[in-house]
Amino acid sequence: MKILVTVKEVATVEDEFEIQGTEIADQYLGADLNEWDDYAIEEAVQLQEEGIADEVVTVTIGPEDCEQTIRQALAKGADRAVRVWDDALEGVDLLDVNAKTEILSAVVEEEDPDLVLTGVQAGDDSFAATGVSVAENLGFQWGAVVNHLEHGFDDDVAAVRRELEGGVEELTDIELPAVLTIQTGINEPRYASLRGIRQAQQKPMNVQSLGDIGVDESAVDSELELTDMYEPESESDVTVWEGSAEETASELGDLLRDKGVAP
Amino acid sequence: MTDVLAITDHRRGDLRDVSYEIVTAGRQLADETGGDLHLAVISGTVDDFAEKVNREGVDAIHTVDYGEEFNHDVYTQAITQLYDDLAPQYVLAPNSVNGLDYAPAVANQLDLPIVTDTIDLETDGETLIATREMYGGKVETTNELEGPAVATIRSTEWPKAEGTGDASIEAFDADIDEGAIGSTVNGFEEVAGGDVDISEADVLVSVGRGIEEEDNLPIIEELADALDATVSSSRPIVDNGWLPKNRQVGQSGKVVTPDVYIAIGISGAVQHVAGMKGSDTIVAINTDPNAPIMDIADFAIVDDLFDVVPALTEEFQ
Repeated sequence: MKILVTVKEVATVEDEFEIQGTEIADQYLGADLNEWDDYAIEEAVQLQEEGIADEVVTVTIGPEDCEQTIRQALAKGADRAVRVWDDALEGVDLLDVNAKTEILSAVVEEEDPDLVLTGVQAGDDSFAATGVSVAENLGFQWGAVVNHLEHGFDDDVAAVRRELEGGVEELTDIELPAVLTIQTGINEPRYASLRGIRQAQQKPMNVQSLGDIGVDESAVDSELELTDMYEPESESDVTVWEGSAEETASELGDLLRDKGVAP
Repeated sequence: MTDVLAITDHRRGDLRDVSYEIVTAGRQLADETGGDLHLAVISGTVDDFAEKVNREGVDAIHTVDYGEEFNHDVYTQAITQLYDDLAPQYVLAPNSVNGLDYAPAVANQLDLPIVTDTIDLETDGETLIATREMYGGKVETTNELEGPAVATIRSTEWPKAEGTGDASIEAFDADIDEGAIGSTVNGFEEVAGGDVDISEADVLVSVGRGIEEEDNLPIIEELADALDATVSSSRPIVDNGWLPKNRQVGQSGKVVTPDVYIAIGISGAVQHVAGMKGSDTIVAINTDPNAPIMDIADFAIVDDLFDVVPALTEEFQ
Protein backbone atom coordinates (compact mmCIF):
# COMPACT_ATOMS: atom_id res chain seq x y z
CA MET A 1 0.00 0.00 0.00
CA LYS A 2 1.18 3.47 -0.82
CA ILE A 3 0.28 6.37 1.46
CA LEU A 4 0.42 10.05 0.61
CA VAL A 5 0.43 12.51 3.50
CA THR A 6 -0.24 16.19 3.04
CA VAL A 7 2.17 18.25 5.10
CA LYS A 8 1.78 21.95 5.63
CA GLU A 9 4.10 24.44 7.22
CA VAL A 10 1.81 26.73 9.15
CA ALA A 11 2.44 30.23 10.39
CA THR A 12 2.47 30.64 14.16
CA VAL A 13 1.79 33.95 15.86
CA GLU A 14 3.38 35.35 19.00
CA ASP A 15 1.18 36.41 21.93
CA GLU A 16 1.76 40.07 21.09
CA PHE A 17 1.65 41.04 17.41
CA GLU A 18 0.77 43.74 14.93
CA ILE A 19 -1.32 43.54 11.80
CA GLN A 20 -0.29 45.25 8.58
CA GLY A 21 -3.11 45.35 6.07
CA THR A 22 -4.40 41.82 5.75
CA GLU A 23 -1.32 40.18 7.20
CA ILE A 24 0.39 39.80 10.53
CA ALA A 25 3.71 41.62 10.41
CA ASP A 26 6.55 39.22 9.61
CA GLN A 27 8.48 39.76 12.82
CA TYR A 28 5.65 38.25 14.88
CA LEU A 29 5.37 35.12 12.79
CA GLY A 30 7.03 31.78 13.23
CA ALA A 31 6.69 28.57 11.27
CA ASP A 32 5.92 25.06 12.34
CA LEU A 33 4.74 21.71 11.08
CA ASN A 34 0.94 21.77 11.20
CA GLU A 35 -0.07 19.98 14.40
CA TRP A 36 -2.79 17.87 12.75
CA ASP A 37 -0.42 16.81 9.95
CA ASP A 38 2.04 15.56 12.55
CA TYR A 39 -0.54 12.98 13.63
CA ALA A 40 -1.22 12.07 9.99
CA ILE A 41 2.51 11.48 9.41
CA GLU A 42 2.72 9.33 12.53
CA GLU A 43 -0.23 7.21 11.44
CA ALA A 44 1.36 6.64 8.03
CA VAL A 45 4.76 5.79 9.50
CA GLN A 46 3.18 3.31 11.92
CA LEU A 47 1.45 1.62 8.98
CA GLN A 48 4.81 1.39 7.27
CA GLU A 49 6.49 -0.06 10.35
CA GLU A 50 3.79 -2.69 10.57
CA GLY A 51 4.53 -3.70 6.99
CA ILE A 52 1.16 -2.50 5.71
CA ALA A 53 2.44 0.51 3.80
CA ASP A 54 5.27 0.04 1.31
CA GLU A 55 5.90 3.72 0.82
CA VAL A 56 5.01 6.97 2.56
CA VAL A 57 5.25 10.09 0.44
CA THR A 58 4.58 13.63 1.64
CA VAL A 59 3.20 16.46 -0.45
CA THR A 60 3.52 20.11 0.45
CA ILE A 61 2.48 23.33 -1.21
CA GLY A 62 5.11 25.81 -0.16
CA PRO A 63 8.26 27.76 -0.99
CA GLU A 64 11.83 26.59 -0.45
CA ASP A 65 11.75 28.06 3.08
CA CYS A 66 9.48 25.28 4.24
CA GLU A 67 11.88 22.48 3.32
CA GLN A 68 13.04 22.30 6.91
CA THR A 69 9.50 21.47 7.98
CA ILE A 70 9.23 18.86 5.24
CA ARG A 71 12.52 17.36 6.45
CA GLN A 72 10.88 16.94 9.86
CA ALA A 73 8.32 14.65 8.27
CA LEU A 74 11.09 12.78 6.46
CA ALA A 75 13.06 12.50 9.70
CA LYS A 76 10.05 10.86 11.33
CA GLY A 77 10.03 8.17 8.67
CA ALA A 78 8.40 9.34 5.44
CA ASP A 79 10.34 8.05 2.43
CA ARG A 80 10.31 11.01 0.11
CA ALA A 81 8.66 14.37 -0.43
CA VAL A 82 6.99 16.30 -3.19
CA ARG A 83 6.99 20.05 -2.88
CA VAL A 84 4.91 22.19 -5.22
CA TRP A 85 5.73 25.83 -5.71
CA ASP A 86 5.43 28.32 -8.47
CA ASP A 87 5.96 32.04 -9.08
CA ALA A 88 2.20 32.24 -9.53
CA LEU A 89 1.80 31.35 -5.86
CA GLU A 90 4.24 33.98 -4.56
CA GLY A 91 1.88 36.85 -3.93
CA VAL A 92 -1.23 34.92 -2.99
CA ASP A 93 -2.61 36.14 0.36
CA LEU A 94 -4.74 33.16 1.11
CA LEU A 95 -4.83 30.06 -1.03
CA ASP A 96 -8.44 28.94 -0.97
CA VAL A 97 -9.77 25.40 -0.77
CA ASN A 98 -10.39 25.06 -4.50
CA ALA A 99 -6.88 26.16 -5.40
CA LYS A 100 -5.35 23.71 -2.93
CA THR A 101 -7.69 21.02 -4.23
CA GLU A 102 -6.50 21.51 -7.81
CA ILE A 103 -2.83 21.35 -6.85
CA LEU A 104 -3.07 18.43 -4.43
CA SER A 105 -5.37 16.47 -6.73
CA ALA A 106 -2.79 16.68 -9.51
CA VAL A 107 -0.14 15.25 -7.22
CA VAL A 108 -2.44 12.50 -5.93
CA GLU A 109 -3.23 11.51 -9.51
CA GLU A 110 0.44 11.37 -10.36
CA GLU A 111 1.38 9.38 -7.25
CA ASP A 112 -1.70 7.13 -7.31
CA PRO A 113 -1.73 6.21 -3.59
CA ASP A 114 -4.18 3.83 -1.92
CA LEU A 115 -4.61 6.12 1.04
CA VAL A 116 -4.23 9.86 1.51
CA LEU A 117 -3.91 11.19 5.04
CA THR A 118 -4.35 14.88 5.79
CA GLY A 119 -4.65 16.78 9.03
CA VAL A 120 -8.25 17.74 9.89
CA GLN A 121 -7.30 21.38 9.55
CA ALA A 122 -4.37 23.74 9.32
CA GLY A 123 -3.55 25.70 12.45
CA ASP A 124 -3.28 28.98 10.54
CA ASP A 125 -6.15 29.32 8.05
CA SER A 126 -8.32 26.60 9.66
CA PHE A 127 -10.42 25.71 6.62
CA ALA A 128 -10.75 22.02 7.50
CA ALA A 129 -12.11 21.37 4.01
CA THR A 130 -9.27 20.49 1.65
CA GLY A 131 -9.06 16.73 2.30
CA VAL A 132 -12.73 16.07 1.59
CA SER A 133 -12.62 18.40 -1.40
CA VAL A 134 -9.67 16.53 -2.90
CA ALA A 135 -11.42 13.19 -2.36
CA GLU A 136 -14.57 14.32 -4.10
CA ASN A 137 -12.55 15.88 -6.89
CA LEU A 138 -10.77 12.60 -7.61
CA GLY A 139 -13.65 10.20 -7.02
CA PHE A 140 -11.91 8.81 -3.91
CA GLN A 141 -13.90 7.89 -0.82
CA TRP A 142 -13.27 9.88 2.32
CA GLY A 143 -13.77 10.31 6.04
CA ALA A 144 -13.48 13.58 7.96
CA VAL A 145 -12.22 13.89 11.54
CA VAL A 146 -10.87 10.37 11.96
CA ASN A 147 -9.51 9.60 15.42
CA HIS A 148 -8.94 5.89 15.03
CA LEU A 149 -7.91 3.76 12.06
CA GLU A 150 -7.87 -0.04 12.15
CA HIS A 151 -4.68 -1.20 10.51
CA GLY A 152 -6.08 -4.40 9.02
CA PHE A 153 -7.67 -2.97 5.86
CA ASP A 154 -9.64 -6.18 5.30
CA ASP A 155 -11.11 -6.25 1.79
CA ASP A 156 -9.52 -2.88 1.00
CA VAL A 157 -11.71 -1.14 3.52
CA ALA A 158 -10.54 1.39 6.08
CA ALA A 159 -12.41 0.82 9.35
CA VAL A 160 -12.31 4.15 11.15
CA ARG A 161 -13.80 6.03 14.03
CA ARG A 162 -14.93 9.58 13.39
CA GLU A 163 -14.92 11.86 16.40
CA LEU A 164 -18.32 13.49 16.59
CA GLU A 165 -19.31 16.14 19.12
CA GLY A 166 -20.12 15.34 22.72
CA GLY A 167 -17.91 12.31 23.33
CA VAL A 168 -19.57 10.20 20.64
CA GLU A 169 -17.63 8.33 17.98
CA GLU A 170 -19.01 7.02 14.71
CA LEU A 171 -17.78 3.64 13.47
CA THR A 172 -17.48 3.74 9.70
CA ASP A 173 -16.13 1.55 6.93
CA ILE A 174 -14.63 3.41 3.98
CA GLU A 175 -13.61 1.77 0.72
CA LEU A 176 -10.11 2.44 -0.60
CA PRO A 177 -8.74 4.47 -2.24
CA ALA A 178 -9.69 7.07 0.32
CA VAL A 179 -8.73 10.36 1.90
CA LEU A 180 -8.90 10.45 5.69
CA THR A 181 -8.59 13.69 7.61
CA ILE A 182 -6.77 12.91 10.83
CA GLN A 183 -7.71 14.34 14.22
CA THR A 184 -5.20 14.98 16.99
CA GLY A 185 -5.02 12.26 19.62
CA ILE A 186 -5.24 9.36 17.12
CA ASN A 187 -1.69 8.39 18.13
CA GLU A 188 1.35 9.83 19.83
CA PRO A 189 3.55 11.58 17.27
CA ARG A 190 7.19 10.70 17.70
CA TYR A 191 10.11 13.04 17.96
CA ALA A 192 12.57 12.62 15.14
CA SER A 193 15.67 10.72 16.21
CA LEU A 194 19.13 12.10 15.47
CA ARG A 195 19.59 9.24 13.03
CA GLY A 196 16.27 10.11 11.41
CA ILE A 197 17.27 13.74 11.08
CA ARG A 198 20.55 12.75 9.42
CA GLN A 199 18.81 10.35 7.06
CA ALA A 200 16.20 12.93 6.15
CA GLN A 201 18.85 15.07 4.51
CA GLN A 202 19.48 12.30 1.99
CA LYS A 203 15.86 11.54 1.17
CA PRO A 204 14.51 12.68 -2.19
CA MET A 205 12.59 15.95 -2.41
CA ASN A 206 10.94 16.45 -5.74
CA VAL A 207 10.19 20.12 -6.43
CA GLN A 208 7.45 20.70 -8.98
CA SER A 209 6.02 23.80 -10.59
CA LEU A 210 2.35 24.12 -11.51
CA GLY A 211 3.33 23.42 -15.11
CA ASP A 212 5.17 20.25 -14.06
CA ILE A 213 2.02 18.81 -12.49
CA GLY A 214 -0.24 20.04 -15.26
CA VAL A 215 -2.13 22.67 -13.30
CA ASP A 216 -3.01 25.88 -15.04
CA GLU A 217 -1.86 29.05 -13.29
CA SER A 218 -5.41 30.34 -13.24
CA ALA A 219 -6.30 27.55 -10.80
CA VAL A 220 -4.60 29.47 -8.01
CA ASP A 221 -6.68 32.60 -8.50
CA SER A 222 -8.45 32.47 -5.19
CA GLU A 223 -12.21 32.85 -5.33
CA LEU A 224 -12.07 34.07 -1.79
CA GLU A 225 -10.56 37.48 -1.23
CA LEU A 226 -9.19 38.35 2.17
CA THR A 227 -10.32 41.95 2.68
CA ASP A 228 -9.61 42.71 6.30
CA MET A 229 -7.79 41.36 9.34
CA TYR A 230 -8.11 42.70 12.85
CA GLU A 231 -7.87 41.64 16.45
CA PRO A 232 -11.25 40.45 17.71
CA GLU A 233 -12.98 42.99 19.89
CA SER A 234 -12.88 41.76 23.40
CA GLU A 235 -16.25 41.66 25.07
CA SER A 236 -14.48 40.87 28.26
CA ASP A 237 -15.42 42.41 31.58
CA VAL A 238 -12.94 40.24 33.38
CA THR A 239 -11.61 41.34 36.77
CA VAL A 240 -7.86 40.83 36.72
CA TRP A 241 -6.25 40.38 40.12
CA GLU A 242 -2.84 41.98 40.33
CA GLY A 243 0.07 41.30 42.63
CA SER A 244 2.40 38.51 43.66
CA ALA A 245 1.36 34.88 43.26
CA GLU A 246 0.54 34.77 46.97
CA GLU A 247 -1.63 37.88 46.70
CA THR A 248 -3.56 36.75 43.63
CA ALA A 249 -3.95 33.24 45.04
CA SER A 250 -5.34 34.82 48.19
CA GLU A 251 -7.89 36.82 46.12
CA LEU A 252 -8.98 33.63 44.37
CA GLY A 253 -9.11 31.87 47.74
CA ASP A 254 -11.44 34.55 49.08
CA LEU A 255 -13.69 34.22 46.03
CA LEU A 256 -13.93 30.45 46.46
CA ARG A 257 -14.77 30.86 50.17
CA ASP A 258 -17.37 33.52 49.36
CA LYS A 259 -18.97 31.15 46.88
CA GLY A 260 -19.03 28.51 49.57
CA VAL A 261 -17.11 26.04 47.43
CA ALA A 262 -13.90 25.96 49.45
CA PRO A 263 -13.12 25.34 53.09
CA MET B 1 -32.90 37.90 -4.67
CA THR B 2 -30.72 35.74 -2.55
CA ASP B 3 -32.24 32.38 -1.89
CA VAL B 4 -30.52 30.28 0.73
CA LEU B 5 -30.51 26.53 1.16
CA ALA B 6 -29.59 25.59 4.75
CA ILE B 7 -28.90 22.03 5.84
CA THR B 8 -30.00 20.70 9.23
CA ASP B 9 -27.95 18.43 11.48
CA HIS B 10 -29.23 15.49 13.51
CA ARG B 11 -27.90 12.43 15.26
CA ARG B 12 -29.50 9.36 16.76
CA GLY B 13 -33.01 10.68 16.38
CA ASP B 14 -32.42 14.21 17.65
CA LEU B 15 -31.99 17.44 15.77
CA ARG B 16 -28.85 19.18 16.97
CA ASP B 17 -29.06 22.79 18.21
CA VAL B 18 -27.19 24.10 15.19
CA SER B 19 -30.22 23.13 13.08
CA TYR B 20 -32.14 25.98 14.72
CA GLU B 21 -29.15 28.33 14.61
CA ILE B 22 -28.74 27.80 10.89
CA VAL B 23 -32.35 28.91 10.42
CA THR B 24 -31.41 32.26 11.99
CA ALA B 25 -28.24 32.56 9.89
CA GLY B 26 -30.07 31.60 6.71
CA ARG B 27 -32.99 33.93 7.37
CA GLN B 28 -30.61 36.81 8.04
CA LEU B 29 -28.83 36.25 4.72
CA ALA B 30 -32.04 35.80 2.77
CA ASP B 31 -33.56 38.90 4.37
CA GLU B 32 -30.76 41.12 3.17
CA THR B 33 -32.10 40.87 -0.36
CA GLY B 34 -35.59 39.55 0.20
CA GLY B 35 -34.84 35.98 -0.80
CA ASP B 36 -36.35 32.71 0.37
CA LEU B 37 -34.97 30.39 3.01
CA HIS B 38 -35.12 26.71 2.10
CA LEU B 39 -34.18 24.02 4.59
CA ALA B 40 -33.07 20.50 3.77
CA VAL B 41 -33.80 17.69 6.21
CA ILE B 42 -31.95 14.59 5.08
CA SER B 43 -32.21 11.05 6.54
CA GLY B 44 -33.72 9.98 9.84
CA THR B 45 -37.30 10.73 10.85
CA VAL B 46 -37.55 13.53 8.34
CA ASP B 47 -41.21 14.45 8.86
CA ASP B 48 -40.75 14.80 12.60
CA PHE B 49 -37.56 16.84 12.09
CA ALA B 50 -39.28 19.04 9.49
CA GLU B 51 -42.06 19.86 11.91
CA LYS B 52 -39.54 20.81 14.59
CA VAL B 53 -37.45 23.15 12.40
CA ASN B 54 -40.53 24.78 10.94
CA ARG B 55 -39.77 27.97 12.83
CA GLU B 56 -40.44 31.56 12.01
CA GLY B 57 -38.75 32.71 8.81
CA VAL B 58 -38.50 29.38 7.02
CA ASP B 59 -40.15 29.44 3.58
CA ALA B 60 -39.80 25.83 2.50
CA ILE B 61 -38.58 22.57 3.97
CA HIS B 62 -37.42 19.77 1.69
CA THR B 63 -37.26 16.32 3.20
CA VAL B 64 -35.12 13.52 1.82
CA ASP B 65 -36.27 10.27 3.37
CA TYR B 66 -33.28 8.04 2.83
CA GLY B 67 -31.49 6.06 5.53
CA GLU B 68 -31.58 6.49 9.29
CA GLU B 69 -28.34 8.26 10.01
CA PHE B 70 -25.94 10.63 8.38
CA ASN B 71 -24.06 9.33 5.37
CA HIS B 72 -21.95 11.87 3.52
CA ASP B 73 -22.58 10.34 0.11
CA VAL B 74 -26.35 10.57 0.60
CA TYR B 75 -26.03 14.14 1.84
CA THR B 76 -23.75 15.16 -1.01
CA GLN B 77 -26.03 13.69 -3.63
CA ALA B 78 -29.22 15.07 -2.07
CA ILE B 79 -27.82 18.58 -1.60
CA THR B 80 -26.35 18.87 -5.08
CA GLN B 81 -29.67 17.76 -6.56
CA LEU B 82 -31.58 20.22 -4.39
CA TYR B 83 -29.17 22.92 -5.49
CA ASP B 84 -29.81 22.12 -9.14
CA ASP B 85 -33.53 22.21 -8.48
CA LEU B 86 -33.72 25.35 -6.34
CA ALA B 87 -30.73 27.32 -7.67
CA PRO B 88 -30.09 29.12 -4.38
CA GLN B 89 -27.33 31.71 -4.13
CA TYR B 90 -25.89 30.16 -0.97
CA VAL B 91 -25.73 26.74 0.59
CA LEU B 92 -25.27 26.90 4.36
CA ALA B 93 -24.14 23.91 6.38
CA PRO B 94 -23.18 23.59 10.03
CA ASN B 95 -19.46 23.62 10.73
CA SER B 96 -20.02 20.37 12.62
CA VAL B 97 -18.01 17.20 12.18
CA ASN B 98 -20.66 16.00 9.76
CA GLY B 99 -20.92 19.37 8.01
CA LEU B 100 -17.20 19.19 7.35
CA ASP B 101 -17.70 15.68 5.99
CA TYR B 102 -20.01 16.78 3.15
CA ALA B 103 -19.89 20.57 2.60
CA PRO B 104 -16.46 20.55 0.87
CA ALA B 105 -17.66 17.72 -1.36
CA VAL B 106 -20.82 19.62 -2.25
CA ALA B 107 -18.77 22.72 -3.09
CA ASN B 108 -16.38 20.74 -5.22
CA GLN B 109 -19.11 18.93 -7.10
CA LEU B 110 -21.00 22.15 -7.77
CA ASP B 111 -17.77 23.98 -8.58
CA LEU B 112 -18.49 26.64 -5.95
CA PRO B 113 -16.11 28.35 -3.57
CA ILE B 114 -16.38 27.34 0.08
CA VAL B 115 -15.76 29.33 3.23
CA THR B 116 -15.81 27.43 6.51
CA ASP B 117 -16.35 28.15 10.20
CA THR B 118 -17.93 31.53 9.59
CA ILE B 119 -19.03 33.66 12.54
CA ASP B 120 -20.85 36.31 10.53
CA LEU B 121 -22.28 36.51 7.01
CA GLU B 122 -23.52 39.43 4.96
CA THR B 123 -24.54 39.83 1.35
CA ASP B 124 -25.73 42.42 -1.09
CA GLY B 125 -27.04 39.67 -3.31
CA GLU B 126 -23.87 39.34 -5.35
CA THR B 127 -20.96 39.43 -2.90
CA LEU B 128 -20.83 37.33 0.25
CA ILE B 129 -18.83 38.86 3.07
CA ALA B 130 -17.84 36.13 5.48
CA THR B 131 -16.19 36.76 8.82
CA ARG B 132 -14.02 34.03 10.26
CA GLU B 133 -11.03 33.53 12.51
CA MET B 134 -7.48 32.53 11.74
CA TYR B 135 -4.46 31.52 13.81
CA GLY B 136 -6.50 29.79 16.50
CA GLY B 137 -8.73 32.80 17.09
CA LYS B 138 -5.99 35.39 17.41
CA VAL B 139 -7.37 37.38 14.48
CA GLU B 140 -10.66 37.82 12.74
CA THR B 141 -10.80 38.24 8.98
CA THR B 142 -13.37 39.29 6.46
CA ASN B 143 -13.47 37.45 3.18
CA GLU B 144 -15.36 38.28 0.02
CA LEU B 145 -16.74 35.76 -2.44
CA GLU B 146 -18.52 36.66 -5.66
CA GLY B 147 -21.58 34.79 -6.80
CA PRO B 148 -22.97 31.55 -5.38
CA ALA B 149 -21.01 29.89 -2.59
CA VAL B 150 -21.05 27.27 0.15
CA ALA B 151 -20.51 28.43 3.73
CA THR B 152 -20.38 26.55 6.99
CA ILE B 153 -21.43 28.30 10.18
CA ARG B 154 -19.88 27.95 13.60
CA SER B 155 -22.32 26.68 16.19
CA THR B 156 -23.62 29.05 18.89
CA GLU B 157 -22.72 32.16 16.86
CA TRP B 158 -26.32 32.71 15.80
CA PRO B 159 -29.25 32.45 18.21
CA LYS B 160 -31.66 29.59 17.78
CA ALA B 161 -34.72 30.46 15.70
CA GLU B 162 -37.90 30.64 17.75
CA GLY B 163 -41.59 30.76 16.96
CA THR B 164 -43.68 28.57 14.72
CA GLY B 165 -43.30 28.91 10.99
CA ASP B 166 -45.64 28.21 8.14
CA ALA B 167 -43.17 26.73 5.70
CA SER B 168 -44.29 24.39 2.98
CA ILE B 169 -43.00 20.90 3.76
CA GLU B 170 -42.40 18.75 0.73
CA ALA B 171 -40.68 15.46 0.14
CA PHE B 172 -37.82 15.86 -2.31
CA ASP B 173 -37.41 12.83 -4.51
CA ALA B 174 -33.64 12.65 -4.57
CA ASP B 175 -32.19 10.14 -6.97
CA ILE B 176 -29.62 8.49 -4.71
CA ASP B 177 -27.10 6.40 -6.61
CA GLU B 178 -26.38 3.55 -4.21
CA GLY B 179 -23.39 2.48 -6.25
CA ALA B 180 -21.71 5.77 -5.38
CA ILE B 181 -22.04 5.21 -1.66
CA GLY B 182 -18.56 4.19 -0.60
CA SER B 183 -18.84 4.32 3.15
CA THR B 184 -21.01 2.56 5.68
CA VAL B 185 -21.79 3.78 9.17
CA ASN B 186 -21.84 0.76 11.48
CA GLY B 187 -22.77 2.43 14.74
CA PHE B 188 -21.84 4.82 17.47
CA GLU B 189 -19.99 4.60 20.72
CA GLU B 190 -20.00 6.86 23.75
CA VAL B 191 -16.40 7.26 24.74
CA ALA B 192 -16.52 9.83 27.49
CA GLY B 193 -17.99 7.53 30.12
CA GLY B 194 -16.16 6.15 33.14
CA ASP B 195 -16.11 6.49 36.87
CA VAL B 196 -15.97 10.29 37.05
CA ASP B 197 -18.67 12.48 35.55
CA ILE B 198 -17.19 15.96 35.28
CA SER B 199 -20.57 17.36 34.24
CA GLU B 200 -21.81 16.68 37.80
CA ALA B 201 -19.00 18.55 39.57
CA ASP B 202 -19.62 21.82 41.46
CA VAL B 203 -16.03 22.93 41.11
CA LEU B 204 -13.73 22.00 38.25
CA VAL B 205 -10.01 22.55 38.29
CA SER B 206 -9.30 22.36 34.59
CA VAL B 207 -5.84 22.08 33.10
CA GLY B 208 -4.53 22.82 29.62
CA ARG B 209 -1.39 22.90 27.52
CA GLY B 210 0.21 25.41 29.91
CA ILE B 211 1.01 22.57 32.31
CA GLU B 212 3.75 21.61 29.82
CA GLU B 213 4.50 18.09 31.06
CA GLU B 214 2.66 15.14 32.51
CA ASP B 215 5.04 15.24 35.48
CA ASN B 216 3.58 18.62 36.43
CA LEU B 217 0.02 17.32 36.75
CA PRO B 218 0.30 16.53 40.49
CA ILE B 219 0.18 20.25 41.37
CA ILE B 220 -3.26 20.40 39.74
CA GLU B 221 -4.39 17.26 41.54
CA GLU B 222 -3.17 18.64 44.87
CA LEU B 223 -5.18 21.81 44.31
CA ALA B 224 -8.27 19.80 43.39
CA ASP B 225 -7.81 17.69 46.54
CA ALA B 226 -7.48 20.78 48.71
CA LEU B 227 -10.67 22.24 47.21
CA ASP B 228 -12.54 18.94 47.11
CA ALA B 229 -12.92 19.67 43.38
CA THR B 230 -12.73 17.51 40.27
CA VAL B 231 -9.93 17.65 37.71
CA SER B 232 -10.90 18.23 34.09
CA SER B 233 -8.89 19.32 31.06
CA SER B 234 -8.77 20.76 27.59
CA ARG B 235 -8.15 18.60 24.56
CA PRO B 236 -4.33 18.48 24.35
CA ILE B 237 -4.05 16.88 27.78
CA VAL B 238 -6.32 14.04 26.68
CA ASP B 239 -4.62 13.80 23.26
CA ASN B 240 -1.33 13.30 25.10
CA GLY B 241 -2.86 10.52 27.14
CA TRP B 242 -2.20 12.35 30.42
CA LEU B 243 -5.86 12.19 31.46
CA PRO B 244 -8.66 9.91 30.24
CA LYS B 245 -11.23 11.05 27.68
CA ASN B 246 -13.95 11.40 30.33
CA ARG B 247 -12.09 14.42 31.73
CA GLN B 248 -12.18 16.40 28.49
CA VAL B 249 -14.26 19.57 28.43
CA GLY B 250 -15.32 20.86 25.02
CA GLN B 251 -17.10 20.26 21.78
CA SER B 252 -15.84 16.71 21.39
CA GLY B 253 -15.74 16.10 25.14
CA LYS B 254 -18.27 17.07 27.76
CA VAL B 255 -20.33 20.17 28.34
CA VAL B 256 -19.98 21.30 31.94
CA THR B 257 -21.78 23.90 34.04
CA PRO B 258 -20.10 23.95 37.46
CA ASP B 259 -20.46 26.74 40.02
CA VAL B 260 -16.80 27.55 39.55
CA TYR B 261 -14.55 26.62 36.63
CA ILE B 262 -10.86 27.31 37.19
CA ALA B 263 -9.10 27.24 33.79
CA ILE B 264 -5.39 26.74 34.37
CA GLY B 265 -3.04 27.16 31.43
CA ILE B 266 -5.95 26.95 29.00
CA SER B 267 -5.88 29.45 26.13
CA GLY B 268 -9.58 29.03 25.38
CA ALA B 269 -9.95 27.66 21.85
CA VAL B 270 -13.51 27.93 20.63
CA GLN B 271 -13.99 24.16 20.85
CA HIS B 272 -13.08 24.27 24.52
CA VAL B 273 -15.17 27.33 25.29
CA ALA B 274 -18.20 25.58 23.75
CA GLY B 275 -18.01 23.08 26.58
CA MET B 276 -17.59 25.37 29.59
CA LYS B 277 -19.02 28.79 28.89
CA GLY B 278 -22.17 27.92 30.84
CA SER B 279 -20.16 27.75 34.08
CA ASP B 280 -21.46 30.10 36.75
CA THR B 281 -18.10 31.69 37.56
CA ILE B 282 -15.03 31.30 35.36
CA VAL B 283 -11.53 31.97 36.67
CA ALA B 284 -8.55 31.94 34.30
CA ILE B 285 -4.93 31.51 35.29
CA ASN B 286 -2.76 32.21 32.28
CA THR B 287 0.40 34.09 31.39
CA ASP B 288 -1.13 35.56 28.22
CA PRO B 289 -3.42 38.52 28.97
CA ASN B 290 -4.82 38.31 25.42
CA ALA B 291 -5.70 34.62 25.47
CA PRO B 292 -9.29 34.05 24.26
CA ILE B 293 -10.18 32.56 27.67
CA MET B 294 -9.96 36.11 29.08
CA ASP B 295 -12.99 37.08 26.99
CA ILE B 296 -15.27 34.77 28.90
CA ALA B 297 -13.53 34.70 32.28
CA ASP B 298 -15.08 36.58 35.20
CA PHE B 299 -11.80 36.70 37.10
CA ALA B 300 -8.24 36.25 35.94
CA ILE B 301 -4.73 35.94 37.23
CA VAL B 302 -2.15 36.82 34.59
CA ASP B 303 0.79 34.96 36.02
CA ASP B 304 2.76 31.75 35.92
CA LEU B 305 0.55 28.84 36.95
CA PHE B 306 3.56 27.17 38.55
CA ASP B 307 3.68 30.01 41.08
CA VAL B 308 -0.05 30.61 41.55
CA VAL B 309 -1.35 27.05 41.81
CA PRO B 310 0.93 25.94 44.69
CA ALA B 311 0.20 29.21 46.50
CA LEU B 312 -3.52 28.58 46.19
CA THR B 313 -3.18 24.98 47.33
CA GLU B 314 -1.32 26.18 50.39
CA GLU B 315 -4.25 28.47 51.25
CA PHE B 316 -6.53 25.51 51.71
CA GLN B 317 -4.21 22.94 53.20
